Amino acid sequence: MSPDKLVYMANQIGKFFAHQPEEKAVDAVADHIRKFWDPRMRKAILAHVDAGGAGLDPRTLKAVEAVRASVA
Amino acid sequence: MSLIKEIDYGTPAPKSEAQVPLKQVTLTIDGYAVTVPEGTSIMRAAMDTGIQVPKLCATDSLESFGSCRVCLVEIEGRNGTPASCTTPVAPGIVVHTQTERLKSIRRGVLELYISDHPLDCLTCAANGDCELQDMAGAVGLRDVRYGYQGENHLNQAKDESNPYFTYDPSKCIVCSRCVRACEEVQGTFALTIEGRGFGSAVSAGMGEAFLDSECVSCGACVQACPTATLMEKSVIEIGQPEHSVVTTCAYCGVGCSFKAEMRGNELVRMVPYKDGGANEGHSCVKGRFAWGYATHKERILKPMIREKISDPWREVSWDEAIGRVASEFRRIQTTYGQSSIGGITSSRCTNEEAYLVQKLVRAVFGNNNVDTCARVCHSPTGFGLSKTFGTSAGTQDFKSIDQTDVIMVIGANPTDAHPVFASRMKKRLRKGARLIVVDPRRTDLVKSPHIKADHHLPLLPGTNVSVINALAHVIVTEGLVDENFVRERCDWETFQDWAQFVAQPENSPEASEAVSGVPAETIRAAARLFATGGNGAIYYGLGVTEHSQGTTMVMGMANLAMATGNIGRRGVGVNPLRGQNNVQGSCDMGSFPHELSGYRHISDATTRALFETAWGVSLDKEPGLRIPNMFDAAMDGSFRGLYVQGEDIVQSDPDTHHVTSGLSAMECVVVQDLFLNETSNYAHVFLPGATFLEKDGTFTNAERRINLVRKVMPPKQGKGDWEITLDIAKAMGVPMHYDHPSEIMDEIARLTPTFHGVSFKRIDEMGSIQWPCNEKAPEGTPIMHVGGFVRGKGAFMITEYVPTDEKVGPRFPLLLTTGRILSQYNVGAQTRRTGNVVWHPEDILEIHPHDAEQRGIREGDWVRIQSRAGATALHARLTDRVAPGVVYTTFHHPDTQANVITTDYSDWATNCPEYKVTAVQISPSNGPTEWQNEYREHSDQSRRIIPLSVQAAE
Ligand code: SF4
Ligand code: SF4
Ligand code: SF4
Ligand code: FES
Repeated sequence: MSPDKLVYMANQIGKFFAHQPEEKAVDAVADHIRKFWDPRMRKAILAHVDAGGAGLDPRTLKAVEAVRASVA
Repeated sequence: MSLIKEIDYGTPAPKSEAQVPLKQVTLTIDGYAVTVPEGTSIMRAAMDTGIQVPKLCATDSLESFGSCRVCLVEIEGRNGTPASCTTPVAPGIVVHTQTERLKSIRRGVLELYISDHPLDCLTCAANGDCELQDMAGAVGLRDVRYGYQGENHLNQAKDESNPYFTYDPSKCIVCSRCVRACEEVQGTFALTIEGRGFGSAVSAGMGEAFLDSECVSCGACVQACPTATLMEKSVIEIGQPEHSVVTTCAYCGVGCSFKAEMRGNELVRMVPYKDGGANEGHSCVKGRFAWGYATHKERILKPMIREKISDPWREVSWDEAIGRVASEFRRIQTTYGQSSIGGITSSRCTNEEAYLVQKLVRAVFGNNNVDTCARVCHSPTGFGLSKTFGTSAGTQDFKSIDQTDVIMVIGANPTDAHPVFASRMKKRLRKGARLIVVDPRRTDLVKSPHIKADHHLPLLPGTNVSVINALAHVIVTEGLVDENFVRERCDWETFQDWAQFVAQPENSPEASEAVSGVPAETIRAAARLFATGGNGAIYYGLGVTEHSQGTTMVMGMANLAMATGNIGRRGVGVNPLRGQNNVQGSCDMGSFPHELSGYRHISDATTRALFETAWGVSLDKEPGLRIPNMFDAAMDGSFRGLYVQGEDIVQSDPDTHHVTSGLSAMECVVVQDLFLNETSNYAHVFLPGATFLEKDGTFTNAERRINLVRKVMPPKQGKGDWEITLDIAKAMGVPMHYDHPSEIMDEIARLTPTFHGVSFKRIDEMGSIQWPCNEKAPEGTPIMHVGGFVRGKGAFMITEYVPTDEKVGPRFPLLLTTGRILSQYNVGAQTRRTGNVVWHPEDILEIHPHDAEQRGIREGDWVRIQSRAGATALHARLTDRVAPGVVYTTFHHPDTQANVITTDYSDWATNCPEYKVTAVQISPSNGPTEWQNEYREHSDQSRRIIPLSVQAAE
């Protein structure tokens, strides 16, 4: 799956929670991704993170990292 | 089975404005003591006891008028013979409905009517259903002394311009019922009585034909007409029906109840049902008249398969088609993995059918790749309202609007998209409710006969959240918050955060004006009116949800309703107007990849266990792919097979190129539908579906009202859609067994707490049920969140305005927004195959004269519309309904394919596509684009069919 699109989608989620303190925001974004993204989407964005994670906003990047445990 | 005839009480029941029960009055009618509420007419009181006073100009859907003088009665101690339809009851009066004097007056009146009426009763289309005939019989009219020698109306020309009904003035008795129906019931004011005395006649507008007038063909006048003057063409053609079955319209989310009036297995007409909870006897042109598609010659009745999408279709047996689906799906799973296939449930099929498709995906395919077209319309509603209130549905029933003082309509065009509800809304507005319209376009509600919005906020597409925050800003900073409500009912902490947020200067109306283009003063005035005008109710449509910030906007509206205390009683609330008939139902049934029926997340082990036990399988705990993700996954090769029940994703989903590339990359696409649609151009198996007339089931409308859909004729292709899904499950080796759709509902009720009390039997007894219906609410729940929110305390959410990335610039300087029109429905597959095409034969681009002039475009020119996603061409209409900088079109016709232009931007939370905002350029053109021509060709190729008979001969 095209990482550009996934990065865009993840950042979009991040923006909704942008006003929250970092820890809460990271949790909320990670939770949203865990609850609504099919595992292959999560894997694809994690692969992108492993390749440097270009384009991901810093908090969103943390949130994506936090999702790692959910994809075996 | 017999023909259902509702009792006509002659005049409407009196209504109490103040919510207190009306005083009871006792009187005597023909020797019987009768007790009725104060304000009841004598006519109605008589009918209550079973005495039918003769009448012509009265009918209980209309206020009494008192013009025909047939309904006279005598009252002891009073002079004269008052009309019983206009005379209210009074305590202790003694009424006689049948005396020598009355008999003779009535006969005289009838004689006059009949003397100017053609006596061709035997061959008249209304024979057997004519109130004039009935009354002549009732008063014992035996001969007519006046001949036809004098001047009369017998040779007047018929107006047959409307595709569905005729107007034959020679039969008109000038009772004004039609005129009043158009005003009172429909609210269109198309008809008048022109002239006076003998010369008076009904006229549609300024002596125009019906088709050229303001008439929207709702049928209210036809139904109100006591004679054959206004008559359905289908009755003229076929004859009077002999039995009827109550069922539910399969078009829009209003969910009107109709009597399907039949002659044998032939549908004669659809007549709105007075006891229908959603429509109470009213209808629109679609449900009332546009059902001819069911027998259209293009309907596919045999299953078909083909190897490649460039091949012609080959008709095959059901066994072969189902066998192909099963073997292909299993082959794909073996090769590419368990999650390489999925399904799409239909928001047009029944609840039971949607439930079965998601069960097929979860229990038989063994994954959660199921989604529904609500993804592309109201998914943000579910998400936004569940976060703030705790349920994924609107809060009110339609009737609630009768007690609303300020109506706020946001991004919805009810007169076109939800016409029967719009009539109710207009009725309320004519009674004095105030109106705020938030819409880029000047919709009909903004200004139409006897309606004028107090405030119209013509915002630029994509700036909803900015405007809702500005409205909230005014309410918070000017001290208009209903603090008692918030303290008692809402989470105070979230309120404080929110209040602080909206009070910031960047959320002020002045700041919003800069982005939305709405004058700050208008925003302020609208906010003050909403907060202080009494009961405030918000109604919204896809102009809210179909945005990058769709979910945020839903939350913004919920915040506003809570802050002003407008939740939890009649007359208030936050209400989505749903597009398709069963959008609510398909969502309730667990059609989303992440949740089971009743909105329970698939990761919840307890819920999963419940279903695992019931179904005898183990379920995947991970959410599956949503529709747009399916196309992405198809492109990268991990998703290869799709079962689509009753949706046309190629035409209805955004960014057509992306959709068709995704579908082209799949190895087995199965389409189940009535017609070869645009999606079937990319399909390998076509399974012919059944219409709503051909199966039993339920639909759930926008008010959470579950209505029965009843089979009125056998399926023309042999099976209900639910049976087809069962066949696939069986062929894939996991049989499910149900003898009747009611058994599917029983299973849903067992497994879904909000449906525990629902069954076909119960719905049949109650007429309809609004969920939640369970131990706590055995009668259902018309109004939600009374006394407390479903989630406990209402939660305010921070809704920061994030501009969409779809921005105008030098290349694409205009904003395109899309919508729909009254006579057509969604992708138009049904309505395009009915008489409705006379109103909307093609999609048209609306453009402001200023923008048109700059580009050298004149009314009616072909124009090319280009976005970064694609281009198409259509005809232009110059109008100031749209603001400069904004253009508008509909998406009903595959030849235009407005979605070639829409982009793949989508809502942050739900991926609901941003249909409502696309940056475009418009330029003159000399005809369809190359892409349109190529597409047409592929589409024509895909409609080649080799019939079974020819195959046998080969
Ligand atoms: S069909 Fe409806 S809109 Fe048309 S004239 Fe009759 S009542 Fe009015
Ligand atoms: S058209 Fe029918 S309803 Fe209208 S005035 Fe004539 S008879 Fe009455
Ligand atoms: S308003 Fe909707 S449900 Fe009612 S008749 Fe029209 S299309 Fe059907
Ligand atoms: S029915 Fe009462 S006056 Fe016509």
